[in-house]
Amino acid sequence: MVAKDTALRTRDRVAKTVLYVVLVLGLLAVAGPFVWMALASLKPEREIRQVPPTWWPETFTLDNFRELFSRLDFPLYFLNSALVAALVTIGNLLFCSLVGYALAKLRYPGKRVLFLAVLGMLMVPGMVTFVPQFVLVSNMGLTNTYAGLILPFLVGPFGVFLMRQFLQSIPDDLIEAARVDGAGEYRIFWRVVLPLCRPALATLGILTFLGSWNNFLWPLVVATTEDKYTLPVALALYSVGQNRTDYGLLLSGAVVVVLPVLIVFLFLQRHFLRGIATTGIK
Amino acid sequence: MTSAPGATAPARPAEATSPGRPAGSVRRRQRLRRALTGWAFSAPFTVLFAVFMALPVVASLVMSFTDLRSTDLRNPLAVNAVGLDNYTRLFSDDLFLRSSVNTLAFVVVGVPLTMVLALAAATALNSGLVRFRALFRVGFYLPVVTSIVAIAVVWRFLLDPEIGLVNNLLRLVGIDGPSWLFDTRLALPSLIVMAAWRNFGFLMVIFLAGLQAVPADLYEAATLDGATRWQQFRNVTLPMLRPTLLFGGVVTGIGYLQLFEEPFVMTQGGPLSSTLSVSFHIYNQFGFGNYGYAAAASYVLFLAIVALSVVQFRLLGERN
Repeated sequence: MVAKDTALRTRDRVAKTVLYVVLVLGLLAVAGPFVWMALASLKPEREIRQVPPTWWPETFTLDNFRELFSRLDFPLYFLNSALVAALVTIGNLLFCSLVGYALAKLRYPGKRVLFLAVLGMLMVPGMVTFVPQFVLVSNMGLTNTYAGLILPFLVGPFGVFLMRQFLQSIPDDLIEAARVDGAGEYRIFWRVVLPLCRPALATLGILTFLGSWNNFLWPLVVATTEDKYTLPVALALYSVGQNRTDYGLLLSGAVVVVLPVLIVFLFLQRHFLRGIATTGIK
Repeated sequence: MTSAPGATAPARPAEATSPGRPAGSVRRRQRLRRALTGWAFSAPFTVLFAVFMALPVVASLVMSFTDLRSTDLRNPLAVNAVGLDNYTRLFSDDLFLRSSVNTLAFVVVGVPLTMVLALAAATALNSGLVRFRALFRVGFYLPVVTSIVAIAVVWRFLLDPEIGLVNNLLRLVGIDGPSWLFDTRLALPSLIVMAAWRNFGFLMVIFLAGLQAVPADLYEAATLDGATRWQQFRNVTLPMLRPTLLFGGVVTGIGYLQLFEEPFVMTQGGPLSSTLSVSFHIYNQFGFGNYGYAAAASYVLFLAIVALSVVQFRLLGERN
C-alpha cells in the first residue's frame, strides 16, 4: 500500500513537471514575440537586421519612436483612434443597454421581430454589409469624416444580445418595487437597472473598445487622407508601402498600437476574462 | 426565449373597477402606453440598426442580382437586373474557386488545431496542479486582444527568411529554413498556424469555464472505479464539455470562414493566390468596382455560414 502511494506520488510529480514544461514553452511561444517586439523597437535598425540576432539590445535608442512622433503623424493617428473608439464605446453602451432593457423587461408589439433580427444579424458576415455600407456612407457625403468612421459601429447585435441576456437575470421585483414607488420608466432605467448592469456594461465596454481600436478594414477605405487615419490604418499602409522593410519603424509602430490595449487589458483582465467566459456558456 | 415579465401577472384591480369608464378603453390606453415606452427605449438602436445594418443586408441581396458597378452610383438608371448571372459566373471564376478551396482548407485545418490547443491549455490550467494560473491565462490571451496589423508586423519579421527569428533558430540546429510567406506551399499553412496561435486563448477561456462547471463528484466516482486520467478525460470531461466544444467550434468556424485580415496584412493573398480567401476576393472585386458581383460572392459566404450554424443546432438538438 505504502509502495503504491509513493509510486503514485512520483507519477504525480512527473506529470506536474511535464505540465509545467509544456505550459512554459507555450507561454514563451505566445508571449515571446511580444517581448521580442518591444525589445527590438529599442534597437537601431542595423542591430535589428543583425545575424545572428541579439536578444537584449546592445545599443538602446529611442530613435524609432522619435521618428514616429516627430517626422510622422503618429500623435494624430493615436488621437483619431482614441476618439473613434471612445465614441463607438459610449454609443454601444447607451443604445444597447436601452434596447436590451426593453427586450428583457418590457412588453410591446414588434419586440419578437426586433430580437429575431438582432439574432439573425449575428450570423451575417462583415463582407455582406461592407459594400452597401460604403455606398451609403459615400452617398451621405461622409467619406473621410469622423461621422463616417463612427456611425456604422455605433450599435451592434452582439451588444444587444449580451445586455438582454444579462438583464433577464435581474429580478423583476426590483423593477416592480420602483414602479410601485411611482418612479417613471426612465428613472427606473437610470437609477435601478443601469447600476445593476455594471458587470455586463464593463464586459461590453472593453470588448467594444478593443474591437474599435483594432478595427482596420473600414477606416482603411473610409479615411482617404492622412489626417483621418487611425493607428492600425497607418501601420498597415506603412507596412505594405515604401517603408515595408523599415523594421525599426514598423516594430515601434506596432508597440504604439499594442501598448494602450495591453495596459487596459492587464488592469481589467480578471473582470474581462470572467465576462468572456459567461458569454460563452450563457 | 423566456416570456416577458408581467405577461402572467394579473391585471391590476384598479383597471377592472375603474368607475365611469369602459374597461376596454383603459386597457387599450394602457397597451398604447406600454408600446410607446417599449419603442422609446428601442428606437435609437432600431434606427441605427435599420440604416447601417438591416438595410445594407437587403441592399446587398438586391445588388447581387444586378450588374451594379462603382461607376453607376451617379447614374442608377444604367443598372440592369441580371438575374442569377453573378452567381453562375462565380462558379466559373477560377479565382473565386481557388479562394473557396483556400478558405475551406483554412477552416478544416485551422478550427481543429485551434480547438486542440485551447482544450489542452484549458485542461492543463484546470488540473489543479498548476500555480500561477492567472499568469498563464493572461499570457495565452494576449494575442486575442492585439491588433492584427501589429501582429502581422511582428510575424512578418519573425518569418523573414534571412533575418527572422524562426529561421535563425532553425539555423542553430543546422536546418536551412524556407521563405515561409513566399512559398506557395507554405504560405497558407503559415497563416493557419498564426491564426491558431492568435485565437486559441479565446477558446481556452470559454473551455476553462466549461471545465469548471463539470461536477467534481463525477471525477470522484470515476477515480473510485479506477479510471485513469486519460479515461476520465475521454469518458467524463469530453461528454460533459460537448455543448461548450460545439459552441467554440462554431464560433471559430464562423470567424475562420471570413478569413481576411491575415492574408491582407501578411501576404496580400499571394504568392500566386495561394492565400487568397473568399473575403479577400470580395474585397478585391469591390476595389475593382464590381459591386454586384462582390455582393453575390458575399451572399455565397453568408450561406456557408448559415449552413454551418444549422449543422450546429442539429448537433446540439440531438442531445436534448
